[in-house]
Amino acid sequence: MDLSHPGRRAYSHPALDVPAAELPDELVRRDPPGLPEVAERDIVSHYTRLAQMNYGVDTGVYPLGSCSMKYNPKVAEAVAALPGFQRAHPHQPDHTVQGALELLWRLERALCEITGMARATLQPPAGACGELTGLLIMRAHHVKQGSPRKRIAIPDSSHGTNPASVRLAGYEALHIPSDSRGLVDVSALEKLVDEDVAGLMLTNPNTLGLFEEEIEKITSVVHGVGGLVYYDGANLNAILGRCRPGNMGFDIVHINTHKTFATPHGGGGPGAGPVGVTEDLVPYLPVPSVERDEMTGAFHLSADRPHSIGRMHGFHGNFGVLVRAYAYVFLHGGEGLRAVGERAVLNANYLAELVKGTFPLAYPGRPMHEFVATAKALKEETGIRAMDVAKRLIDLGYHPSTVYFPLVVEEAMMVEPTETETMETLDGLAAAMLQAAEEARTEPDLLHRAPVTAPVRRLDEARAARHLRLRW
Amino acid sequence: MRFAPHTDDDVREMLARCGLDSLDQLFDQIPPSVRLDRPLDLPDGVSEMEILDDMRRLSALDRSADDLVCFAGAGAYDHYVPSVVWALAGRSEFYTSYTPYQPELSQGVLQALFEYQSMICELTGLEVSNASLYDGATALGEAVNLARSAPGRDRVLVSSAVDPRYVDTLRTYGRGAGYEPEVFAAEDGRGGRPEVGPDVAAVVVQHPNRFGILEPARELFGAAHAGGARAIQVFDPLSLGILAPPGELRADIAVAEGQVLGNHLSFGGPYLGIIATRLDDVRRLPGRIVGETVDVDGKVGFVLTLQAREQHIRRERATSNICTNQTLMAIAATVYLSWLGPQGLAELGRQCAAKASYAAGRLTEILGVDLLFPGAPFFKEFALRLPGPAEEVRDALIQRGFLAGVPLPDADGRGLLVAVTERRTKAQIDALAGAMRAVLA
Repeated sequence: MDLSHPGRRAYSHPALDVPAAELPDELVRRDPPGLPEVAERDIVSHYTRLAQMNYGVDTGVYPLGSCSMKYNPKVAEAVAALPGFQRAHPHQPDHTVQGALELLWRLERALCEITGMARATLQPPAGACGELTGLLIMRAHHVKQGSPRKRIAIPDSSHGTNPASVRLAGYEALHIPSDSRGLVDVSALEKLVDEDVAGLMLTNPNTLGLFEEEIEKITSVVHGVGGLVYYDGANLNAILGRCRPGNMGFDIVHINTHKTFATPHGGGGPGAGPVGVTEDLVPYLPVPSVERDEMTGAFHLSADRPHSIGRMHGFHGNFGVLVRAYAYVFLHGGEGLRAVGERAVLNANYLAELVKGTFPLAYPGRPMHEFVATAKALKEETGIRAMDVAKRLIDLGYHPSTVYFPLVVEEAMMVEPTETETMETLDGLAAAMLQAAEEARTEPDLLHRAPVTAPVRRLDEARAARHLRLRW
Repeated sequence: MRFAPHTDDDVREMLARCGLDSLDQLFDQIPPSVRLDRPLDLPDGVSEMEILDDMRRLSALDRSADDLVCFAGAGAYDHYVPSVVWALAGRSEFYTSYTPYQPELSQGVLQALFEYQSMICELTGLEVSNASLYDGATALGEAVNLARSAPGRDRVLVSSAVDPRYVDTLRTYGRGAGYEPEVFAAEDGRGGRPEVGPDVAAVVVQHPNRFGILEPARELFGAAHAGGARAIQVFDPLSLGILAPPGELRADIAVAEGQVLGNHLSFGGPYLGIIATRLDDVRRLPGRIVGETVDVDGKVGFVLTLQAREQHIRRERATSNICTNQTLMAIAATVYLSWLGPQGLAELGRQCAAKASYAAGRLTEILGVDLLFPGAPFFKEFALRLPGPAEEVRDALIQRGFLAGVPLPDADGRGLLVAVTERRTKAQIDALAGAMRAVLA
């Protein structure tokens, strides 16, 4: 609003070429909205400067755990802008959008092959929405069996969306403890699950980056009480081409295309959260679905699923995002995707090796594509916390990892470099982390005062919540 | 085509540093019984040139609003997207960043979202907005959850003139939340008499509604309040240059589809869920909210705030489960609204209303074509009753280069919803009328 000046304008419309219309007086707006009046040139410099204050993957390594902030291929941007995709209206009849429908059909089949599922919905516009979709499918299945059941089991290390989705689906969360290895405590699971438990939600590898080695036992325990097992696909990057949730006993899988399939994070979205299911659960998938006519090969949208849980999105999901995921999948092919997983795990292990002397791993097992280290020892020695290390990393030119998650680890640093970073970048990030730790001992003020080089210094979040200013 | 940069030498050196000989050893902990013992059954990977060719082929199979003159609406509209919008929102510092967990490095996104929230408040006349939800339909689901907070008030009444896709979405979300939306009948395409008892949490009205018609919003919201329920309005952001906003009409919560604000048709997504409400509700608002604060030097800055509502803090006691939202679309909307300004928004509204009115006049000159609800005031869309099946007429007009509208389930399959935005010229409208006359002859 500082740039606003009465009478300035950017917009232009052609002259009105038809008579003006009359609207009922009582429905007409009296006071114009207080939108800024700004010339186009000032709009451009304003948002250009805002962009320049923002760090993205394109700027450098962005090692947020479980976010898979990998490089976003620019060819994906080019294909999403093709007019047959970008300018197609969602209400167009099927025969006029055969390209878009074919894309969705092929992507669905590819995602099913990658995850070992029978069919999938591409409608959920985000992972959390995918979780809700999967849980509503579980509910529909159990209702058909006679009772929805009451609880969904989730590990204590789970991502926050899991328990939140459980509640939205009308269930209560049943917390499963982890053992000393950071994995699901299987004997606790056996004692806790009963016929009131509709299912278990699990990420594998888990949020500690550790593979649940007893996964077959886990899924069979849940199946043993008639429950279903849900795979949170946040960490799918680690196992691409090596193993599939469908072969581990999972019944429902969600994928985050903005993680594993490199669709850009958009500053917080849009993403997409496709959900795959085993054959038995296909009848519950959302509608509409994309079907192919066996005789003619033509594609159409179908609502012919009498037991469907219904609609999860106004239209077909985040189609423009799915176009980008399609490009990524078919650029790589099966071998390419397997190489993605291998290099993601290699990068994480290499980086962990470089820093573990100072930031030890929270748990003893070999991590996969991400690792959780702890700054607890550093804090005990120097008083410097993981947050201070993170802020100092900003001054050293690096975006920090996630800190203080998962909740089961004190002074947690959850680090996922992804496969698209070079060895030199990892060397630099490790050196910066070790430098910050050294400075914690010798010049702690550098960490306490950090960041000093960012566009703003440390922000008062407590004040933001106490003195709410949510609009100008 | 690979984006992981490792050479064979890199791999060897990195493995050695880890005390390993082969990549396979990194996966030792996976039990052999769950390992995939075959390659993935996918076509071989290709080069960038080849994927472009493949996807151009797919795109070329589609008609679109580029080669068909678009009069289709019903929740997604062909408004003009000015060049500045994606020149700015498409900058990679915005689109390759993530949720601002380290706000010092994310002031660009955070400030843009703060401006977005502010503009939505100005547009709607309500007090607080958030940093986006998935789309209009799911935003309505969240609004209903927000409204269903008073004890004993569980029921949700929805006008039959609300977009059926929104009602379908409510039905799905309602199964988890424990309600079944109850539809009350509009009369002649608008209004209706919702029976707002003491167990009703909310009354949902779309204005302009699914027929493009202007609702008697003040009366309907008054009926909601008289019964102690909350009034939820589904609104059209681009109507608010000329139509009284939800706040003035005394809606309590307002939601909308923000695709019209600088976002492409894109076959239905990614779109933008808008929500606005009163400050009293702020602690139950779902999703990200950006707040203004200061840094240690007293400099103004922006952070995510009231995070205790959200899943990453509050987990099962969170107001919703939303994590990733539609931030980039909200940034596009902010640039778009800056480009329009208050005068541009009013001008745009006047043009849409004028062109829709003109089109309705020309089309109803055709023998057998009438307004489905004659006399009902409308904004940029109107419903026609055709002499024959609407889908057939629509398909015949596609052959002639027009996407003439969206067939309605009403009027025994002869209803057609026609939308006219500021992009449609008099010549295009006249041509549509001529083509429709020819098709129906």
